[in-house]
Amino acid sequence: MEEKRVDARGLACPLPVIRTKKAIEALTAGKVVTIVDNPVARDNVAKLARSLNLPVAVAVEGNNFVLTITKEGALVEPAPGPETAAVAQAERSGRGTVVLVLSDAVGRPAEELGHILTKSFFYTLTESTPAPAAVILMNGGVRLSTEGSEVLASLKTLEKQGVEILSCGTCLDYLKLKDKLAVGNISNMFTIVEKLLGAEKVVTIS
Amino acid sequence: MLTDPRLLVGHGTSDDAAVYQLAPDLALIQTVDFFTPVVDDPFTFGQIAAANALSDIYAMGGQPLLALNIVGFPSCLDTEVLRAILRGGAEKVKEAGALLAGGHSIQDEEPKYGLAVTGAARPAGIWSNAGARPGDELIPTKPLGTGVFLTAYKVDLAPAGEFAPVAACMARLNAAAAAAARAVGVSACTDITGFGLLGHAYELAAASGVDLAIDLAAVPFFPGARELARQGLVPAGTYRNREYLTGKVELPQDLPDELSDLLFDPQTSGGLLLAVPAPKAGALLDELARRSVPAARVGRAEPVAGDTPRLRVYG
Repeated sequence: MEEKRVDARGLACPLPVIRTKKAIEALTAGKVVTIVDNPVARDNVAKLARSLNLPVAVAVEGNNFVLTITKEGALVEPAPGPETAAVAQAERSGRGTVVLVLSDAVGRPAEELGHILTKSFFYTLTESTPAPAAVILMNGGVRLSTEGSEVLASLKTLEKQGVEILSCGTCLDYLKLKDKLAVGNISNMFTIVEKLLGAEKVVTIS
Repeated sequence: MLTDPRLLVGHGTSDDAAVYQLAPDLALIQTVDFFTPVVDDPFTFGQIAAANALSDIYAMGGQPLLALNIVGFPSCLDTEVLRAILRGGAEKVKEAGALLAGGHSIQDEEPKYGLAVTGAARPAGIWSNAGARPGDELIPTKPLGTGVFLTAYKVDLAPAGEFAPVAACMARLNAAAAAAARAVGVSACTDITGFGLLGHAYELAAASGVDLAIDLAAVPFFPGARELARQGLVPAGTYRNREYLTGKVELPQDLPDELSDLLFDPQTSGGLLLAVPAPKAGALLDELARRSVPAARVGRAEPVAGDTPRLRVYG
């Protein structure tokens, strides 16, 4: 059995974690034995192992902690375990995708067709996994999150799935819909820009 | 302990700055803050360090007036790096409407930068940690998670797309948040820095003589922070913060480690933590939104249930 030793004594965090991570990645199968000299490093290396779903054993040796991490073959995705509802919801959301909706009728030139497409799009979104992290509504798009919208049920379902529904405040104001918001939260350009820039992928519906 | 009636706020309530009454309608606020580089780009580092130092003035309800640079710099590093740091700091001081009037530097193996800042306020307008009352709502003005992000950044494990908003947020002044708070009126204010959300919330609770109930689901974290905490990219400060609050905070059963870590995550240049009477909370959130400060209610103050103030995180 191959064994890699990582002597992380005297190293400031996060070096013990990163060195252990590199050793694990370089190993096909075997053990990584990391030695640290403080409880913070001990706990952080243990967290790393758990996040990779690898068994870890911790032993005390004098003033040091010895962590033995076992890797058998390729790393597998952690099996779902008991989770709080919040954790389960967070995992289900496609963390990186934001859907930006700029009108309440998809495409041109037929407006009636546009409304039909919008309704269909949001319904289909509720049935798709992973769900996006957020749906951002701007300009005419804010009509979709306000009273009378035909896609309220879909948006509410998405919200229950952990998707943030954000409606641009300036747009709601301009269209005089601020007190008619029926799902999600009022947002502002700052948050919207942050979410767009921070997203792995932005899908724009206009 | 010697006390002077002109020292309106000293170290006693763990507040953010010293406040000294100069005249019936004028109080001087003084604070100092500096640290070692947290990002590679020197200009950004200068901005973050300056925003961090200026924050304490805003957290007391004051207006920054004057700043002095505090610099440590190695003789072996290119002085263009130092010039970039100072440019970053100067830009933030200017943005705050204050004057950068000089400073002091020493030769130091490890670069350091920050500011000594002087501000002013009307004594009646000073915010301290000690004014929260049962029923008040708790509102932070920046997301949490700079600790795990800076730790991950040191070893190139912070995805660039996720790190950039964190850096931008650290460089942001708390001026707009303070202006919103001033417009509406708040009971108490502190800023969230090295002791993390729970550490600073506890300072507020203890100084004010209230318990604080915090809704975990409402606490804003930077996107990606949770994953970094899960991977063990947790700074040592988190563990110290948790240890300090042993016995003072109640956490939900089965709280995942990474969420616990983020609640104690030390913040660099964090936002303000505002306590506002419930009837004004909506107006405050509107004012913050108008000024493009993303904020939400995360909890409320309650009468002390036990012997001493405690925090209760639920959800």
